[in-house]
Amino acid sequence: MAGLTTAKSTLAGMHTEKLSGRTQQRFFSPEEGENYVYPWAYSVDYDKTADFDAADMDTLAINKRIRELMNEGYGHIVVKNPGAKHSLGVGILNRLKLDFEGSLGYFGCGLIDGPNIRISGRVGWSCAENMMAGTVVIENNAGSTFGAAIRGGDLVCKGDAGARIGIDQKGGSIIVGGNAGAFCGFMMQRGRMVILGNTGKNLGDSMYDGIIYVGGTIRDLGVDAVPGEMTELDCQWLDRKLKMYGLSAPRGVKNMTKIVSGKQLWNYDNLEPVEKKIAL
Amino acid sequence: MCGIAGLIHRGKKSDIGTEMTAMLQALKHRGPDSTGYALYGPEQKGNKYVMRFKVAEQEDLGKGFDITDIMAERKKAVDARLKEMDAKVTEREKATEYSYRYLFTYDGDVKKLIDYVEDIDDVEILSVGKALELIKDLGDATRVSDQYNLKGFKGTHAIGHTRMATESDVDIRSAHPYWAYPFSDVSVVHNGQLTNYWIGRRELERRGHRFMSNCDSELIAVYLADRMDRGDDLEEAMRRSIDELDGVFTYVVATADALGMAKDTMAAKPMVLYESKDFIAMASEEVAIRSIFPHEIDTFDPYDGEVRVWRA
Repeated sequence: MAGLTTAKSTLAGMHTEKLSGRTQQRFFSPEEGENYVYPWAYSVDYDKTADFDAADMDTLAINKRIRELMNEGYGHIVVKNPGAKHSLGVGILNRLKLDFEGSLGYFGCGLIDGPNIRISGRVGWSCAENMMAGTVVIENNAGSTFGAAIRGGDLVCKGDAGARIGIDQKGGSIIVGGNAGAFCGFMMQRGRMVILGNTGKNLGDSMYDGIIYVGGTIRDLGVDAVPGEMTELDCQWLDRKLKMYGLSAPRGVKNMTKIVSGKQLWNYDNLEPVEKKIAL
Repeated sequence: MCGIAGLIHRGKKSDIGTEMTAMLQALKHRGPDSTGYALYGPEQKGNKYVMRFKVAEQEDLGKGFDITDIMAERKKAVDARLKEMDAKVTEREKATEYSYRYLFTYDGDVKKLIDYVEDIDDVEILSVGKALELIKDLGDATRVSDQYNLKGFKGTHAIGHTRMATESDVDIRSAHPYWAYPFSDVSVVHNGQLTNYWIGRRELERRGHRFMSNCDSELIAVYLADRMDRGDDLEEAMRRSIDELDGVFTYVVATADALGMAKDTMAAKPMVLYESKDFIAMASEEVAIRSIFPHEIDTFDPYDGEVRVWRA
């Protein structure tokens, strides 16, 4: 976000809402955020590479091995034959280059804050849920609830994704190179979602804010999701982002459809103080 | 939660017993209560049929000293009724202490035969068909496979289920797969919850169908059987089920020569598919498919309301 001013991001429709409740309180300074590291994060060297074969290891052993290698200062770790096991590469809170040579099962790469992860195969349900920062790039397909509740970073699936991708998305970017299923962007709150192929029904249902760009056809829109106007800023952002991951819009970014919130259902934040008074 | 799986070889037979056991064992964490298989072996020609039935529940074995005698009596009653109906048993196999596999020839109405045999108290026919053999019992896949000697079972396709009991008992009767009585060779496994179970059951019972359990998954099997009885082909019946069955579900159905899957319109229950020219596999989790494909393969999720059918 470093290069964007508030005015530009607002112009791009990133956060046009005027929220006032507790959810909007700042708990640390954004300036400090650039240098913020978790006390238990590992200091690693990108030039140090290690790999291991996970074929005969279970989830716990694989994640433990990744931590051991980070503790030894390895900044580039290659995991071979992950075998679609669940919950791999989760909870990594520092910079790291992590390659999975194969597929992951459910809840892969969840709760991460910082690493750059590449998965050569496919991922199961709920990949990268609650991701805070970093990048996760999947070369193949992704299951449902891809990027549920992510708060930041780039999450990229170069193939097709399942249903409910970006459900409760709170920030960051989700990019799908192929088609996506039903209920994508359900209750989306912030961030951007890019689907270069077609989408299923109820796209953006009950979304509070954020933007969804679609390159193909939309089966139908959900409640309170409405078409928005593509701006030059939108196109620039899409061009830049897609180029980063070697993707392109089939009919060009200018011909993509932009979906935003109609904000007719949007009352949670206004009610919050009243609820608090009642509770107190 | 439950785990479901299916596989089909196109144009060849394989050791589907071992393959399905590997897939179901990989799904054990989704349901440790019971495991079930519907295996489609060599097709019985002409008037030949293969039947799997049980004369007690596994838990009955602990109910008194005379249970062995009671089970023997029930089995004797089955034999007598088959004889009475002019069904000739050509092969008898005792699969476990309480379940049997029979090969028999019969020229009459199979439904009548089944009804007459099942009329014996505590005897349940698990399946009757030309190719289908339905095996289900308590415990995980390895245990059930060992118990019923499924390793080396050759066939074209199979479906399987690992069950986490939620709305009905932990017993063989409530275990999946369900045979779509009285249709020989139709079986179903399901992951999800049907919210219009009782409405659907009442309607189907009024049409003369019987239910052996209170498990909502049985409704799918009976529903599909009913639709096919009324003229739908398998795919039509499945597409209709998407609209008429209410709730969240993914199910897999098999017939003598086909395998199909359907997902509800909310796409709330998982399914991963692998499809190649000569082999198709599907499961609630990719890890099950990986158990028979250690090398890298392309898999994908079917979408909401999707119905697919493959022929052997």
